[in-house]
Amino acid sequence: MGFPITIFHYKFLLRAIFASILGGLGCGMIGVWIILARIPFVGVAMSHAAFAGAITGLLFGLNPLLMAILFALIASGLIGPVAERADLDPNISLGIIFSILLGIAFLGMGLLHGPKTEALNFIWGNILLLSDSDLLSLLIIVLVILLILILFFKEIMAVLFHREIARSVGIPERSIFYLLITLAGLTVALSLNTIGGLLIFSLIINPPSAAYQLTYDLKQMFFLSGLFGVISCLFGLLFSYLFNTPTGAVIIITSSVIFGIALIFSPKR
Amino acid sequence: MNASAIIRLKDVSVAYQKDLVLTKINLQIDEGEFVTVLGPNGAGKTTLLTTINGLGRIRGGEVWIFGIRLTPSRAGEIRKEIGYVPQILNLDPRMPIRVRDVVRIGRFGKVGLIHRLSSRDEDIVDEVMALTGIKDFSLRPIGHLSGGELQKVQIARALAQEPRILLLDEPTSNLDLRAQYELLDLIEQIYLERSITIVFVTHILSHIPPSSSRLLLMKRGKITFDGPRGRALQRNRIGDLYGIPDHDLPL
Repeated sequence: MGFPITIFHYKFLLRAIFASILGGLGCGMIGVWIILARIPFVGVAMSHAAFAGAITGLLFGLNPLLMAILFALIASGLIGPVAERADLDPNISLGIIFSILLGIAFLGMGLLHGPKTEALNFIWGNILLLSDSDLLSLLIIVLVILLILILFFKEIMAVLFHREIARSVGIPERSIFYLLITLAGLTVALSLNTIGGLLIFSLIINPPSAAYQLTYDLKQMFFLSGLFGVISCLFGLLFSYLFNTPTGAVIIITSSVIFGIALIFSPKR
Repeated sequence: MNASAIIRLKDVSVAYQKDLVLTKINLQIDEGEFVTVLGPNGAGKTTLLTTINGLGRIRGGEVWIFGIRLTPSRAGEIRKEIGYVPQILNLDPRMPIRVRDVVRIGRFGKVGLIHRLSSRDEDIVDEVMALTGIKDFSLRPIGHLSGGELQKVQIARALAQEPRILLLDEPTSNLDLRAQYELLDLIEQIYLERSITIVFVTHILSHIPPSSSRLLLMKRGKITFDGPRGRALQRNRIGDLYGIPDHDLPL
């Protein structure tokens, strides 16, 4: 019985719990538009852009988080137009962008001198070593996502229903689409420390895919996806605390199990 | 050219890559007209519609809608007054959006960013849903509808804009006979009750609505005939349009 009280005495664990809630919520919500816009590859390309940015930062002695954000923003600017081009299959162009970014990241890893612990943290994430500023930036991006969702929910729904129709009724569809992609990039960049560049893709895809199985209501889908993201992160944290396992890996396994359960009980089957 | 025309195209050309899909189109449509655009697949009929509502990008010429020159910066505002029903949508049956929400999308452009729909907007949604006969399934997931039901929802969504122009892109294609009949009947009713300017695209002769007195025949990106229905539907003209011998035509 002493266990829950004891662990809350540790400040780092409190931070980790907050980070789990924020990271899970943020990734769960942006995942909804990645899934409904059918651009899952954007999530992969974005996470590797942020990862390549962080490694480049480490290599040149710059702030890795700022570099991750910068690379994610550049990737957002590239990915939007690439995903829209009718004469090129977006999956092929995104695959090429993804491989370039992966090449940059691993080249940077190879060129880094000394221990590569910090670099490896960006691959696997380390939720227990977050600073106050990491947490604050996560909090800000989650609040921004919530604000955008509240203010522009009707426009986001129209864009996710059908982009051409959204444009045809006079909605600034392209601006909304780019806003969503940019927010996705920022969320991914700011969650690198928590979840890690390689595993974050699953946290963007699995919770909304599980929510997609369970509801025909878009608001409910956002809510359920955020909830599944938070549950996955909290469970991953608890499991890793109790059994000393990698947090990111357990987060991903949990989110996959949630998806499996949602699929079994889906009323849409 | 009549400067008061609601739709006016002057020497308009559209190209995808190097292929011209519309070649120097000149056209004017007056307010309240019901125009049918007839032609084989690949004639440029859909491109003509997306040129009118500014969704497509023109290579040359000028487009004037409501007497205003259509430019990328003005297209958003102009589109709010143009209802557009594209060819039948291929939707995921699991999509988490319901019928009423799709119809409400028609009001989103007019309401503007951030603002919520007012009770007047909701009344308009109710009214167009009643007119199109879709009120009974307003809470059904949009992906669960039949082709005919989905087209009615699309028309309701376009009407929710309270448009001055309605663009219909082959709304009756790929529907069964009953659904075709119901939809053509609905389009007739809308025209007679609301006097909206309608541009109706089809490649099927029997789908030309009775109230449409003016026909445009299109082939390979050009308007080959523009005139009254009776003169358009002559064996030699239609035979030439579709590239088949006159005597095989079911006219």
